[in-house]
Order: sequence, then structure tokens, then C-alpha cells
Amino acid sequence: MNFNYSVEGGNFSKAGTASSQFKKVLKQLNVDPITIKRIVVALYEAEVNIVAHAWEGKIDIEVDMEKVYINLADKGPGIADINQAMKPGFSTASPSVREMGFGAGMGLMNIKNNVDSLHISSEVGKGTELEMTINLSSIISK
Amino acid sequence: MENRHFHHALRISEELCYGCSHCMNVCPTEAIRIRNGKALLYENRCVDCGKCFMACPVKAIYIDQDDFSRLEAFKYRIALVPSIFTGQFPEAISREQVYEAILASGFTHIYEVELGTGLLLDAIKGYAQQHPGKKPLISSFCPAVIRLIQVKFPALVGNIMLLKPPLDITALYCRKQLTDQGINPAEVGVFYFTPCAAKIAAIKSPVGEDYSMITGVINMDFIYNKVKLQIMKDRNTESITTNPPLSGLAERWTLTHGEADHVEGRSLAIDEIHNVMEFLERLENEEITDVDFLELRACDESCAGGVLVTTNRFLVTERLNNEAALSATKEGQLGGIEEYYPYLRRRISIQEIKPRSMMKLDENMGEAMIKMDKARKIMQILPLTDCGACGAPNCQAFSNDIVQGQASIKQCIFVQKSRERTGELSSEESLSILKEIWGEEKF
Repeated sequence: MNFNYSVEGGNFSKAGTASSQFKKVLKQLNVDPITIKRIVVALYEAEVNIVAHAWEGKIDIEVDMEKVYINLADKGPGIADINQAMKPGFSTASPSVREMGFGAGMGLMNIKNNVDSLHISSEVGKGTELEMTINLSSIISK
Repeated sequence: MENRHFHHALRISEELCYGCSHCMNVCPTEAIRIRNGKALLYENRCVDCGKCFMACPVKAIYIDQDDFSRLEAFKYRIALVPSIFTGQFPEAISREQVYEAILASGFTHIYEVELGTGLLLDAIKGYAQQHPGKKPLISSFCPAVIRLIQVKFPALVGNIMLLKPPLDITALYCRKQLTDQGINPAEVGVFYFTPCAAKIAAIKSPVGEDYSMITGVINMDFIYNKVKLQIMKDRNTESITTNPPLSGLAERWTLTHGEADHVEGRSLAIDEIHNVMEFLERLENEEITDVDFLELRACDESCAGGVLVTTNRFLVTERLNNEAALSATKEGQLGGIEEYYPYLRRRISIQEIKPRSMMKLDENMGEAMIKMDKARKIMQILPLTDCGACGAPNCQAFSNDIVQGQASIKQCIFVQKSRERTGELSSEESLSILKEIWGEEKF
């Protein structure tokens, strides 16, 4: 099953809309609460990243019995050094963004800690693409 | 616990209900449908918040209470009286007058529900220190909020503090004290004056407790009338001896900020169920972090806004705030409960609270996916007007009902019109479908 959401860059009042909507889907599918939390936390971080840094973005999610695959592609400034961006505390967010409680530099780390696989590709001046997968089957068997 | 039957205090009178659907439209958990011209409650979704009770124009929704005559079965009849109860009377009527009238109504003893709040506050502080990783801790005070978290925010059940609310602490205390006075426990009936339906439900099927210490529940509007008439009758009041007035802490505990203002760290107080849901939604996404303590109450103005409170909630709050400000009583001078602190402290914990999600379309994830796929296709046919003519509160809830076998697409009035035009549905059929939803007599 596929779910698609679009994200508006710079509009913090709508940041988290896609995450909240997809959370409802996961609850209806009876995914266990711990896995829901991991997925939603990662998705929310990534969604806010688009709002905070990019001009626009779209989120495509595929759900099947084994996994949730999330693709977030944005048009934006891109990430020059992905390894550096992965480090905790690294942030390019402007002071005004930080004042809103975003941009503490924990985003990508937080995503990585909550997903089973994460792949980031980026082109400076064009945009960034995040692909992440969270397995469902391993949790169910527990 | 997930499969156990849950008691609901909210009942619908078949006789009075005429299927106006007001309740269906205000229910925050979408627990009400219309069938055969009457409101139908999906019990596993109901959290006993009482919004439907407030919305019903003909009082067809009522709150099940224990028969007042049950008092007669006990030699010792204990009234557990919340500060809210006294707060309903104008300030010219003293606390002693209110208590005297309660006794004259058939009780032998009065215990204030909030006597244990000083002990509880210490326990909350200790609990926070013992669970530094669990942030934020959510108060266990409001039973409607606990049920809401269980059914709608199952990932957050672990954040609820596993401590008894004041009512259970006081119930335990009064039973122990009376037993220590040599009274036979079998002769003691403990009756609680409740401001809301959720407390009744919590007493009849406790969450996190095996059984309740409370014998019966009296609805606050019922006892208010009784006491008010008694006060009007007995103008010459004799003075009775009572405990000292409650401390400021105890007096305000059930009001908004009553807990949060006293808990260290970053503490927030949120009242009214929609506000609570909005906040929990964000909390679940971890949009909100580093809050230490949450006081969450289902009613606007907390218990002063309980559905069974007769007096306007802002006036009740005003009286209690005034009394709290004037009270010279310190914690530790509450007239006897202090001696029982060690006994109560050992019993203050409650058991783990389990989630019981109502959101799932099916227990089995594969089945749930198939159903969701169907529901999404149905949504493409539906008008998305959320008109409620199908007997469900909105198109999304209706499509979920269909895939779960609880409704038929033909109940949608827009679908009916289209099918009548193409000849797939006769106008007789369409009428009989509407009769099944809204009742014979409306056509």
C-alpha cells in the first residue's frame, strides 16, 4: 500500500502533519506501539528537516507485511558533507529556526537510531533524498 | 486486561433517545452511531468523558448510579466528599453547614477525598526520581484520560504514573481508621460523591487495581439537591465538629494546575479532552520533549467542570481558590491521616496499565491491510461531506465501519441517489435503508 504526502518548506505550523496522518494508518494496521513510535519519530524528524531546510518536498511511503519503506525527497540546498551532518550537534539551522525549537543538530542521528536502514543522497543546490526502512516482521515474531 | 469487559457508567435510554445525533457528533473517540433511530454506543471506544451527556437535548443519556437506599444496608455510612462538592455552594453557606446537611441526609461519617494529597505529592516526587528516564510522567488522576491513553495513545501508557489517585488513598485510609476503632469492616459502606461518569467507571472496573475500596457511587447532582434542600430546611444550624479545613494544596488539587503547580521541573496542566488529545498527539511524535510532568484532565476547568456538577464551573473554582488562599491548615495537620502515612505509602502503587487500542482495523496486520485498502477505495466513492446521514460521525469512520462489517455502503445518501438514478437501487429500498438508520417514525 502506498501513501503520499507533500511538504511545504518553511511552514512550521504544518510541520508534523504527514507524520500524524501516517501514525493513524499504523495504528489502524495494528502495528505494535513501540514500532509505531520508532517510525513516527524518524518520519517526524525527516519531515521537519524538509520544512526547516528545503523549499518543498514529498514523502512516499510503502507498507507491506515485512516493512515500512519511506522515501523523502526534497528540492533544497542539499547537504555538502553527509558524514558531518550525521554527527550529533552539527546544525546549519539559523538562530530563528533554533528559537522555534528546531535545529538542535540531532535530527539525522535520531532518524538513524530509530530505523533499520537509512540511505542519504544529496546534491548541493538541488536537494536531498532520504530512504529509510523499518522492519515489521521481526517485531511481530517477538 | 485487553479482553476484560469494561464498565461504562454512561447509559442511553431507549425510551427517551430520538436519534438526533448530537452525541454522535461530539464524541471525541467516535464511539457513537445511530441505528433504528437511537444512539448506539461502541463500548470498547468509549472513555466515559461525558461529552455526549452534555450534548443530549432530552437527557436520554444518563449516568448509572448506585441506589441511595443501599446506604441502609450499612451501620456505618461513609461519605467521601470531594472539595468540589462544597465548592458548589455560595460562600455564605459554610463548610460546616454543608457537612451537617450531608450527615442529616443519612451518612454517619465524612471524609474529604483530598486528605491524601500531601502524601501523594511526596509519592509523585519520589516516583519522578525513581523513573528519570520516563519523561514526561503523566498523572494518574483523571480516569477518562487514562482510558483515552489506553485506547487512542497506546504508546504512552508507560508514561502514566502508577500511583493511586487521592480518592483511592482516602478510601483506604478511612476503612483502615474505622477498623482500628474496632468497627466491623462488614458494617462499613463507603460512598463517593462523583462529579463525573469516568470516576464511576473507574470504580466499577478499576484500571491498575484488582478491586475498589468503594462500596457505591452517588451522583453529585443527586446529592447536591438533597443537601441543598436540607440546608434550606435547617436554618438554625447546630455547630458540628469537623476536621480542620483542607490545606490549600488539598483544596485546589482537583482544579486545573492543582497538581502541576506543585511538581518540580517543567510541569504542564492541560484541561478539556480535545486539548488533551492535541497535546498527546504531539507528544507521541516526540515533537514535545523535556517536559517532566503532565497534569491532564478531561473536563474544562478539571473536576469543577465535571458533568454532574450543578454550579457553574468558574464559580466553583472561585470558591475553592478563595478557600485555599485563606486556609491556615498546613500539610501534616489534616486531622489524623498523618498517622497512617506509612500504612498508605506501602499501598500507594497500582499495577501496570495495559494498552487496549481501538484504532486497529483487525488484530491481524495482513487482514488490517486488506481492510485499509478497501476503506481507502470506499473513501474515493464517498462525498467527504461528513454529513452523518449514514449514522456514522464522518465519512472516514463510516468507511471503517463498512470494512469491519458494521455498515453498508448503501447507507450513504449520496451513493443512494446515484444508484437510484442508474436504477441499481429502488426508492423503496433506499427508504427502508434510511428507516433502519433513523427509525420508522421519522418518515
